Amino acid sequence: MGARMSALSELRALKPTKAGKRARDKSDTRDNKAAAVFLAPWIVGFVAITLGPIVASFCLSFTNYNLLQNPQFTGLTNIGRMLQDSDLGSSLVVTLTYVVISVPLQLAVALAIAVLLDRGMRGLSFYRSVLYLPSLLGGSVAIAVLWRLVFGGSGLLNAFLAMFGIHGPSWIGSPNTALGTLIVLHVWTFGAPMVIFLAGLRQIPPEFYEAASTDGASKWRQFRSITLPLLSPIVFFNLVLGIIGAFQSFTQAYVISNGSGGPTNSTLFITLYLYQKAFGSLQMGYASAIAWLLLLIVAAATAINFWASKYWVFYDD
Amino acid sequence: MLRRQRISSIGKHTLLIVLSLIMLYPVLWMVASSLRPDGYIFNNPSLVLDTFAYKNYTNGWGALQQPFGTYLLNSAIVVVGAILGNLISCSLAAYAFARLRFRFKRLAFGAMLVTMMLPIQVLIIPQYVIYAQLGWINTFLPLIVPKFLATDGFFIFLMVQFIRGIPRELDEAARIDGAGHARIFLQMMLPLMKPALATAAIFTFIWTWNDFFSQLIFVTEPDKYTSSVALRQFIDPTGQSDFGGLFAMSVVTLVPVFLAFLFGQRFLLRGIATSGGK
Repeated sequence: MGARMSALSELRALKPTKAGKRARDKSDTRDNKAAAVFLAPWIVGFVAITLGPIVASFCLSFTNYNLLQNPQFTGLTNIGRMLQDSDLGSSLVVTLTYVVISVPLQLAVALAIAVLLDRGMRGLSFYRSVLYLPSLLGGSVAIAVLWRLVFGGSGLLNAFLAMFGIHGPSWIGSPNTALGTLIVLHVWTFGAPMVIFLAGLRQIPPEFYEAASTDGASKWRQFRSITLPLLSPIVFFNLVLGIIGAFQSFTQAYVISNGSGGPTNSTLFITLYLYQKAFGSLQMGYASAIAWLLLLIVAAATAINFWASKYWVFYDD
Repeated sequence: MLRRQRISSIGKHTLLIVLSLIMLYPVLWMVASSLRPDGYIFNNPSLVLDTFAYKNYTNGWGALQQPFGTYLLNSAIVVVGAILGNLISCSLAAYAFARLRFRFKRLAFGAMLVTMMLPIQVLIIPQYVIYAQLGWINTFLPLIVPKFLATDGFFIFLMVQFIRGIPRELDEAARIDGAGHARIFLQMMLPLMKPALATAAIFTFIWTWNDFFSQLIFVTEPDKYTSSVALRQFIDPTGQSDFGGLFAMSVVTLVPVFLAFLFGQRFLLRGIATSGGK
């Protein structure tokens, strides 16, 4: 789909034969000096703010460190502790539940609405704007505050239900529904992937649909056989980045639970647990181990996604 | 046949209008509630206002240790610094990745793409230690300096995409005229990149304004709180919360994002559409 590619397909394209890579690195070096100047900020940032800290947090994972004294090497103690930490266990369950439900649900809604808003429709740009706005607001503390009050005991939702004589619970205060309100919040921000899908839909040649129509294919059949395969690389892109992003969700759970992850750990995202350990009780070594666990889980999820993409993502190149 | 199409079109619009209303209702309700006297906020789903109580705004403005304007100003300082940093450092890096030929280019570009996907949590503890040793905790430096070091790979990538769309013949013509890379970048590329720079600036604005995690960690004293961090002080875990003031100040913090959306929508839509292609 045009010359523009996503970061993911660029990564795929970077996987070259070793010989080819060497030859290219050696032959194309005429701008070495200029590149060193242009890239100087990035190189400093990459080494000092990204690469260094990754290595450092790996090393800290094997220590006991409270910021005030020097880190103490403790071997595999942190890993043993993680295996027995039931709060960590529930944070993993909460995080995985959230990721596995909210990301596909949000993408399904985004795709359905994007298809509904098909080309040339009247008022398309109006609907697009209105539906896109929540995705810009959704990450803020203000919206998390709003969610507390919409889903609280005497909040907006229950005020609505009361008009029908239904007495709703505090959705935020109940361990069975608190995570659900965060999933609803994530789905509410479907506008960003919707805009990406809309751009992708516009690239599909209309002749495909015309031909299918004359062959008598139903709308659903056209969606299954034309739209979905041609859009699958974009769905994949959104899925991979959406999952990586959802694993890092923090603000909403923090605000809704006042930083506790409650009620009864039901909104204890792994990021929130890590924050409590690192900056609440200054267990920097243990928190680093949790951070690396998160990194490994995200990497594994991404690898599984890439592996599974062979079976459903359709690349025409 | 035609009648069926019209009916389906009416159905579609009805569906979309209902959906739009549901999507916007909570935000509109927050604005309405912020203008209600404190006792009338709860158990009230309506958007209609009987009275007009701007008192929540004056109360909320003064409810915390500092006037709320201080927090807004702090956020604004961080935002301006972050925008400047991202525009300068990311455009420089993007020019190198899009136009220059150098050793380890593929390796560096791949590393940049991978860092885009790295969870920030795995970096934050060592970063905190570094900033603490530099004496930067409770200043805005940890929130601004990294932006000058091109740590937001997304914007580098966005600008690389944009530069690739600029015909190389322009560079070559400038080169023949004797211009070096510095001149090509400053006098030709930057002016041509305006749309990409605008997109990066608006996204940086919204993301930095909304950011909570790193501001919560690096800014610890009330006089340095940003508006995100200040807002959560309203929610008092022990005592009663001032919900009117909380609503009012929440609305205040959303206004800049809404304005950025209103005036920058064109760039935002283009930005996410082009970065999200295949």
